[in-house]
Amino acid sequence: MKKFLKRFYVFLIFLFLYAPIFVLIAYSFNSSRSRGAWGGFTLKWYRELFMDREILSALKYTIIIAVLSAVISTILGTAAAIGISQMRKFPRNIVMNISYLPVLNPDIITGVSLMILFIFANIKFGFKTMLIAHITFNTPYVILSVMPKLKQLDTHVYEAALDLGATPWYAFWKVILPQIMPGIVTGCLLAFTLSIDDFVISFFTTGVGVSNLSIAVFSMARRGVNPKINALSTLMFLSVLILLIIVNVRMSRDIKAKKQKEATLV
Amino acid sequence: MDEKLLELVDISKTFDTTEALRDINLYIRRNEFVTLLGPSGCGKTTILRIIGGFEQPTTGRVLFEGKDIASLPPYKRRVNTVFQRYALFPHMNVFENVAFGLAIKKIDPRTIERKVASILELVNLANYGERSIESLSGGQQQRVAIARALINEPEVLLLDEPLAALDLKLRKGMQIELKKMQQKLGITFVYVTHDQEEALTMSDTVVVMNDGVIQQMGTPEDIYNEPKNIFVADFIGESNIIDGIMIRDYLVEFSGRKFECVDTGFGENRYVDVVIRPEDIKIVKEGEGMLTGQVKSVIFKGVHYEMLVESQDYTWKIHNTLMEPIGKKVGLNILPDDIHIMTKGGEAHE
Amino acid sequence: MNRKSIMAYPYIVWMVLFIVIPILLVFYYGFTMESSAGLTFSLENFKRFFEPVYLMVLVRSFILAALSTGICLLLGYPLAMILASKDFKRKNMMLLLLIVPMWMNFLLRTYAWLTLIEKKGIINSLLSNLNLPTINIIYTTRAVVLGMVYNFLPFMVLPIYTVLSKIDKSVIEAAEDLGANSLTTFKKVIFPLSLPGVISGITMVFMPAVTTFVISRLLGGGHYKLIGNLIEQQFLSVYDWNFGSAISIIMMIVILISMGILSKYEEVREGGGIV
Repeated sequence: MKKFLKRFYVFLIFLFLYAPIFVLIAYSFNSSRSRGAWGGFTLKWYRELFMDREILSALKYTIIIAVLSAVISTILGTAAAIGISQMRKFPRNIVMNISYLPVLNPDIITGVSLMILFIFANIKFGFKTMLIAHITFNTPYVILSVMPKLKQLDTHVYEAALDLGATPWYAFWKVILPQIMPGIVTGCLLAFTLSIDDFVISFFTTGVGVSNLSIAVFSMARRGVNPKINALSTLMFLSVLILLIIVNVRMSRDIKAKKQKEATLV
Repeated sequence: MDEKLLELVDISKTFDTTEALRDINLYIRRNEFVTLLGPSGCGKTTILRIIGGFEQPTTGRVLFEGKDIASLPPYKRRVNTVFQRYALFPHMNVFENVAFGLAIKKIDPRTIERKVASILELVNLANYGERSIESLSGGQQQRVAIARALINEPEVLLLDEPLAALDLKLRKGMQIELKKMQQKLGITFVYVTHDQEEALTMSDTVVVMNDGVIQQMGTPEDIYNEPKNIFVADFIGESNIIDGIMIRDYLVEFSGRKFECVDTGFGENRYVDVVIRPEDIKIVKEGEGMLTGQVKSVIFKGVHYEMLVESQDYTWKIHNTLMEPIGKKVGLNILPDDIHIMTKGGEAHE
Repeated sequence: MNRKSIMAYPYIVWMVLFIVIPILLVFYYGFTMESSAGLTFSLENFKRFFEPVYLMVLVRSFILAALSTGICLLLGYPLAMILASKDFKRKNMMLLLLIVPMWMNFLLRTYAWLTLIEKKGIINSLLSNLNLPTINIIYTTRAVVLGMVYNFLPFMVLPIYTVLSKIDKSVIEAAEDLGANSLTTFKKVIFPLSLPGVISGITMVFMPAVTTFVISRLLGGGHYKLIGNLIEQQFLSVYDWNFGSAISIIMMIVILISMGILSKYEEVREGGGIV
């Protein structure tokens, strides 16, 4: 009985989480525009979605900005983390505390403050400003992902590499980088998803003709319900689901492989 | 054997405001096993790091075969290090760790494979090449670290407390193995430890350090039998240290009695420290000894008993294979050879 | 070794340009007023914020965010406990399912509820088909709270789950062994041990909830103005940067202080050796 109650509870919560999504998916195939009635199966909204210039351009910008900002902030942030870890305590604390600002501050304040800066500096709003904004809020997350890995590093490991004849550069590539790689990858993925998902900061830093998916959805939704958004949601949901399943399967396969390897060795 | 391979001249090292090393002068001969011994923070690891190239001396020169290498980076020195906690590369397996130095020199893979196999054999880790580092025990990691350093055929191998993390039994075994390896390969070892027993067992030369200064340098026998000062006497083995007066050459007074000794050159009627090893005090019947005292405590230490015997102004620590009961009055005898005289704190008094 | 700190310089330049200067600009505008002599120093903007109209907005934002956080905690804690209990199978699968909505675009999630609770939305058509009275919650406070709970619930569950699943099972067994019934065990052992997770859950829900302007805009219509909407309005429609900056400064300070207090609390717990 207790077990049943538990399961029922879990079921209810997941129903709450998924019902809206499934309804969106179902209605993305509804030929009737009104929500109340089922007008028959159709792929009309998907067709319209792929013909919608606005959405396609938003998709393009979303992806370009996510990739560019993830790559740039990963490089910038990894280098910064290595540099910061070598600093003396006082300047290090200052830099780290400032880096926490975009993480802790509400997005709206980060967005607004960047907007003021761009107006103040007379920079034209558009792709450039949005990219700068994304790099700015992404980089601290990269630093925060790489930093713990650097802290775990045994400093003697770097010295050991030098001792064995490695130049500092060689030691960095062959010894330091592989060990902090998990942190770099985490930071890069985090930056990518944060960028894809961002609305508030983009909203304040974008210009005419440049918008990402979030902004496009916001402006459409403000005008009321639109079946094209249902189709878009369905596609987004499916891609997230597939991506996560792939990641999950690969991870559990890695764990299994590792366990097997260890079992054969012991 | 007499060639000076490595020489430190007037080395001093200051970190921010603290002085880590002062006026270090020492040389290391080819094929020698030299141990830097001292309590933690005495500067012994700093010396090792200066030889390895990880620290620059504030002043002084590091001579390798007569040439100053003080400014040479670690990767250009023909010196390799076994780090305290091994510093193995956790993302590489045993083979890759050991092959690291050779891979940098772009040696052809077949030679590398052959060399790695033979060095792993030497450290008793044949067939462990594919294992990951974390699957090894502490002792095995230790061997990998040694193999990784030795494969580069360094002129000098630096070892920074390499056995500190191992348990007692393994440590004893590794001491013997390391010594054997050193003799077989004919490589100069510079070994850092705070364990005096380890230093005495393995070394050709022991350098005792304290507070950034070399206290005494010599063979293990010299260091043990003829400690130069109170610090060395106290740090190496156990000692009874008692105030005394050097009346003249060959005669010292302590515990209210004059003793014959073998020391000279302290002047006349000087205050001195008298050092006597616990095993050098012989227990005889009451009344037959030079001193008398009462047994206060007895502890069995495995091979011998450690007894505290209280005489009129000092409680003597005595090691003896025979036990005397607590409360018994005994006589104590000390031979002239076993009395070591030291200047008091470096300054003489009237 | 210290030469490596050069690697941080590009980022430091970036940080000064795009983090420090913008924040300074916000402060500059917040403490100045447009007057005939150009911008002059003034505390007028802050004074204005304490007028009842604006203060109400702040209070409303805090109440709604607190309410949503409370509901998330009430719904989320039991879920986290069930997921963390050892007899629960397919744990990874369930966690994955919990994360998937988090990865979906935040606006789409909010939009989903818009279509559900609209006047002529799905819920109401279902209800009227069943001849039941329709509900009318779109563009109300309830809709805003619903949107917040829906969006932020996973952020409450995950940290609590993480902490709960790390609790040493033998500690719980020890409590039972010492005679505690399951209620006492929960009150005296499990809940105190899970507090760090609860605190980070509360932070992760409360902070975005109190500053949101999207949920209130989409589900609350125009009239449910929260502090986020007020800021947005000042910058994008009223163009009163000075007042907008002042509100931003107040919000920033309130949030940084509360984060500071919460993280202190977490540290104390961890320092106390409980976790």
